[in-house]
Amino acid sequence: MTPPYETHEHDVLIIGAGGAGLRAAIEALAQGARVGLVCKSLLGKAHTVMAEGGIAAAMGNVDKADDWRTHFRDTMRGGKFLNNWRMAQLHAQEAPERVRELEQWGALFDRTDDGQILQRAFGGHTFKRLCHVGDRTGLELIRTLQDRGVQQGIDVFMECTITRLIKDGDRIAGAFGYWREQGRFVTFKAKSVVIATGGIGKAWKITSNSWEYTADGMALAYEAGAELLDMEFVQFHPTGMVWPPGVQGILVTEAVRGEGGTLKNNRGERFMEKYDPKRMELSTRDVVARAIYTEVKEGRGSIHGGAYLDISHQPDDYVKKKLPSMYHQFKELADVDITTGPMEVGPTCHYMMGGIRVDAETGQSTIPGLFAAGEAAAGLHGANRLGGNSLSDLLVFGKRAGKAAAEYAKSARSSELDATQLQDAEREMLAPFERTTGEFAYEIHRELQDFMQSLVGIFRTEEDLQKALGELEKLKPRVARVRADGSRMFNPGWHLTRDLRSMVLISEAVTRSALARRESRGAHSRIDYPNFDDTWAKQNNIIVQRGDQMTLEQRPVPEMPAELKEILAENK
Amino acid sequence: MPDSNDGDAMETGVMDEAVLRVFRGGPEDGKPVDYRVPVAPGMVVLDALHSIQGHQAPDLAVRWNCKAGKCGSCSAEVNGRPRLTCKTRLDSLPLDQPITVSPLKAFPLIKDLVTDVSWNYKINKKIPAFQPKPGVEWKMYQRDVDRVQEFRKCIECFLCQDVCHVLRDHSKHQSFGGPRFFVRTACLEMHPLDGLSRTKLLKDELGLGLCNITKCCTEVCPEEIHITDNAIIPLKERIVDEFYDPITMLIRKFRGS
Repeated sequence: MTPPYETHEHDVLIIGAGGAGLRAAIEALAQGARVGLVCKSLLGKAHTVMAEGGIAAAMGNVDKADDWRTHFRDTMRGGKFLNNWRMAQLHAQEAPERVRELEQWGALFDRTDDGQILQRAFGGHTFKRLCHVGDRTGLELIRTLQDRGVQQGIDVFMECTITRLIKDGDRIAGAFGYWREQGRFVTFKAKSVVIATGGIGKAWKITSNSWEYTADGMALAYEAGAELLDMEFVQFHPTGMVWPPGVQGILVTEAVRGEGGTLKNNRGERFMEKYDPKRMELSTRDVVARAIYTEVKEGRGSIHGGAYLDISHQPDDYVKKKLPSMYHQFKELADVDITTGPMEVGPTCHYMMGGIRVDAETGQSTIPGLFAAGEAAAGLHGANRLGGNSLSDLLVFGKRAGKAAAEYAKSARSSELDATQLQDAEREMLAPFERTTGEFAYEIHRELQDFMQSLVGIFRTEEDLQKALGELEKLKPRVARVRADGSRMFNPGWHLTRDLRSMVLISEAVTRSALARRESRGAHSRIDYPNFDDTWAKQNNIIVQRGDQMTLEQRPVPEMPAELKEILAENK
Repeated sequence: MPDSNDGDAMETGVMDEAVLRVFRGGPEDGKPVDYRVPVAPGMVVLDALHSIQGHQAPDLAVRWNCKAGKCGSCSAEVNGRPRLTCKTRLDSLPLDQPITVSPLKAFPLIKDLVTDVSWNYKINKKIPAFQPKPGVEWKMYQRDVDRVQEFRKCIECFLCQDVCHVLRDHSKHQSFGGPRFFVRTACLEMHPLDGLSRTKLLKDELGLGLCNITKCCTEVCPEEIHITDNAIIPLKERIVDEFYDPITMLIRKFRGS
């Protein structure tokens, strides 16, 4: 018998209220759909709020020569040509319009002297391309979208967590979740679902990611039968804080380097000269992260094991105006005045290039009615994401997924939610309270973070990755016996029992994919296979569940049309 | 939720121990509970709360997200003062006595350090969104957006709402919007391209007149927004100009409006 769950019905259910989820919701609503938006935290607190440096869009406001072709080429080069070419093309073509739209909804970007949106330099971008607001661009973006969405009439379910997608045969039928505040269960009927839940940074120990980044959406999609793409590509941002210990991993925006910041080792050498003499500090993130890691490993690190990032040669007022939150962050948390001295920085787990495999035009996964956008989806960034391409990704593909999900819903029928699936989802959530033995989730989570950090980090080897798989196997039975204490009311320890399952599952997908790719490309660096490999250059890794088994297979990278190949061949 | 770094804190040279006196429980049965926490260099109150969660009380309810002062989730009252716990360093507090951590007082308690802040989202809905002037040219100059950008720094931590005596002591939630939403309205009113007026809303529904500019909100703002001077006072002046200007009032009287 199905308990009388609180049930909500929408045409389109969107899971996740960061930039991608909000943009999808706004578009689906504009298409006339009834839209529900579910988020784990309060509205406006999603990870997008932490994006600092800017939105990449070839508007040509500062460098007139910029156009979508150059942005496309930069994105493909940054991604080491593993990107889905069509996504890279759409992204480069549509980003400027998505930025202008934000301005028309009230966003206030920094300005050029002639009254246009100001753009700054960033790693891997040929031209000054990042539209920004000081170093708080993400806040501007999320607040603008949030206000727009709320005014347009989206139903928002805050502090609500989806723990299971409910299917009707092959199709998506809705979702099961729980309200954080009271711990009550809730179900959603929907003709289509958009996953916009972000990445998996919380599986690593040193990370810039918040508690929400536990791979939920990727796990939900995988368990529903969807394919995951190129999961080995995890971006380590070169500059996270390294000292004091409590702040380790907190992001230091690439805008510091965009505004002229230099990186030095303990001998005072600008070491990027060795790694990328042409682009120096504004090389791509994979290169800079490896460079800092190598300097530290070879004994040339800063006092606390990082590199020195210095912007103090710029005028004080300029630093405070363009990098206000960095100024405060270092002053308050690390006792460092960045207008007079260097910061200490080191790599921090930041972003997932891999994710749910989607159709380039619509964001639909391999499950009918299930869509994905933003970091949860894969394809745009290939083997390495350029800074600034994430916020534009959210806008471009959030809108596309919202539109396609609304269109899908128009012709789809609504399904009843299957009682067996709901009961199973409820049983799974309640089980941790019934156990009187077993560990609490925090303990297991710390172990997961420790070995993912040391074994599946910036540099990888066959031996380490095999070891990580072994550790994951050992964790599984412990996760299955994990225990929760206290009541169901706003209980983070209980919540983590569910998130932990997603993290372990997706960490396995990452590790298996990393093991398979016997080459080094972008963010995936194998010490035992240090070079590009011609075969792997043309293959994507696909993870999919068959029966109860996680399986891995390779598929050819889609062939690019001739006119795009020509753009790539231009030597600029 | 867990903090990835609390393990580190203990590995890298524990200097001391702090006692955190954390409010635990709900509106009926809640009371302060003491926890001993190892202190590492640079540790903030939120790190200490995560350490308690991870090692002593897995069900401790606390909101947080970015841990970098950018999202405004981890607001609480530390030693009686409204603070972001992610930016409040233990070494800035006297460690020879317990550090009290309590939930925001201006909102209904849910559990432990978590309060029901949904009222804020309802107030926000009352404020009409940005509406560009008809036929506007999308050009703006930095000097014109500077003052609005100050307001847009707001991270919605609601500390200003918590400290505001109109809400905190007089519970005027029905007739008063609070500093956060004066800042938000100022954002829109002073947007160089916005074509709407929200002064009537400020006067009649958001109760701006109830603010007697004690500047408590400005003092607690972690983003250092000059809430009183730059948002509230100019908005009050707009209301005076529009509704209480003697000449305008005289004209209105004649017109009978």
